[in-house]
Amino acid sequence: MSVREKFDFELNSAQEELISLSTMAVNALNKSMEALISQDVDAALEVIEDDKDINQLEEYINDRVILLIAKQSPVATDLRRLIVTIKVASDMERVGDYAVNIAKETIRIGNQELLPQIGQIQQMQKLAVAMLRQVIDAFVEEDVVKAKEIAELDDQVDELYGDVIRKLMRAGGENPDRLSQITQLAFISRYMERSADHATNIAEQLFYMVRGQHYDLNK
Amino acid sequence: MTTIVTKKPAKETASIQPQKKAVYETKQLNLWYGNNHALKNIDLEIMENEVTAIIGPSGCGKSTYIKTLNRMVELVTSVKTSGEILYRGRNIFDQDYGVEELRTRVGMVFQKPNPFPKSIYDNVAYGPRIHGIKNKKILDEIVEKSLRGAAIWDEVKDRLNENAYSISGGQQQRICIARALAIEPDVILMDEPTSALDPISTLKVEELVQELKKDYSIIIVTHNMQQAARISDKTAFFLNGEVVEFDHTDTIFSNPSDKRTEDYISGRFG
Repeated sequence: MSVREKFDFELNSAQEELISLSTMAVNALNKSMEALISQDVDAALEVIEDDKDINQLEEYINDRVILLIAKQSPVATDLRRLIVTIKVASDMERVGDYAVNIAKETIRIGNQELLPQIGQIQQMQKLAVAMLRQVIDAFVEEDVVKAKEIAELDDQVDELYGDVIRKLMRAGGENPDRLSQITQLAFISRYMERSADHATNIAEQLFYMVRGQHYDLNK
Repeated sequence: MTTIVTKKPAKETASIQPQKKAVYETKQLNLWYGNNHALKNIDLEIMENEVTAIIGPSGCGKSTYIKTLNRMVELVTSVKTSGEILYRGRNIFDQDYGVEELRTRVGMVFQKPNPFPKSIYDNVAYGPRIHGIKNKKILDEIVEKSLRGAAIWDEVKDRLNENAYSISGGQQQRICIARALAIEPDVILMDEPTSALDPISTLKVEELVQELKKDYSIIIVTHNMQQAARISDKTAFFLNGEVVEFDHTDTIFSNPSDKRTEDYISGRFG
């Protein structure tokens, strides 16, 4: 294998690891929400435990990329690809952290009956997960058109988030004895909204990686 | 609705650059060595007080190009050229353009340090002496100024009468740069000036180039991509005698327009 072939191999491997990391983070987000709905504390504990793997993989990817930059002095697309790999890994690691936060809220809520706003939060979760999966696909295919569609889904998540928060505030007035769960659900909806924002960030990074220009998809 | 807005780097919008003039304007330059068409329709504008790097694989014409800028290429027999190279607005191929006059304005530093087998002092004083300066005091001043300009004065000031061969390769190369500076040129051409030097000497020459561009225009041929990226303002990529891409160095090394440039700078061919 020539030096450049080895570089390409290493770069592709780092990106494959990134796809694994992304899949793990999205699965964690899904699992944390399922645990919440089914009030499954054991599943929530598993999400918390498994986050260590996500964190380790992110560090491993970062180390690998730093070594490649140090040894190979990449430029242009190669360099952008490596920098974007590190940034996307950080976004996905954060999604994993939100899953952990949701799992912790699930443990706090325990077996209390869930408020009806959980339905809209589930919708947010489905959209956020769809966005994250789509952005992973777009990343693999380097498809900027697909990446652009993600930003449009983000608008829907933001609208739902606003609506959920308004309803939870109202519910707080009506059910002061359930303020604790209302607060937990407000946090959870916030984590979903942030997860969707990370998908948009990744889409912007993809634009930068492919075209070498910065795009703001939040306008 | 999502709209795509290209964010411009703040640097571009914030800085107001003073108007620079072109030192060289190359227009439709073609050059043949016998039947070998070595340079093809070159159009390049080289600006004053900038470092312009010329990169490209061996045999792409980059050395031929800079040797054309001081007409040194004419030393090769069977060379034929067409097109124009305007130096400060005047075509250097004009019949009444004296080659000596051109080379007084355009100094050159080569790949391997090539000091004369003379003392350090005599190496630097060589050009001024040829131009008729005999006054010892004036020559002393020129030698000191040139050696300071080449960032080597402190290292050799106590051994000016020693043979230039007695110092290290990196020092010899800076003596050659001092020799080029002694004739107070306008442009300095550098043909792979650090390829025979160790990393520390290379760094010294690179720092020197950065200093020199305040007073001179520098054109440097280099095989070292990172060197071009580090020290030049603009980079021209030559391939098979043509200029494939000429742009700001930042653009060439972050987002080149031509795939061949990208392949070359990222080590995929050449």
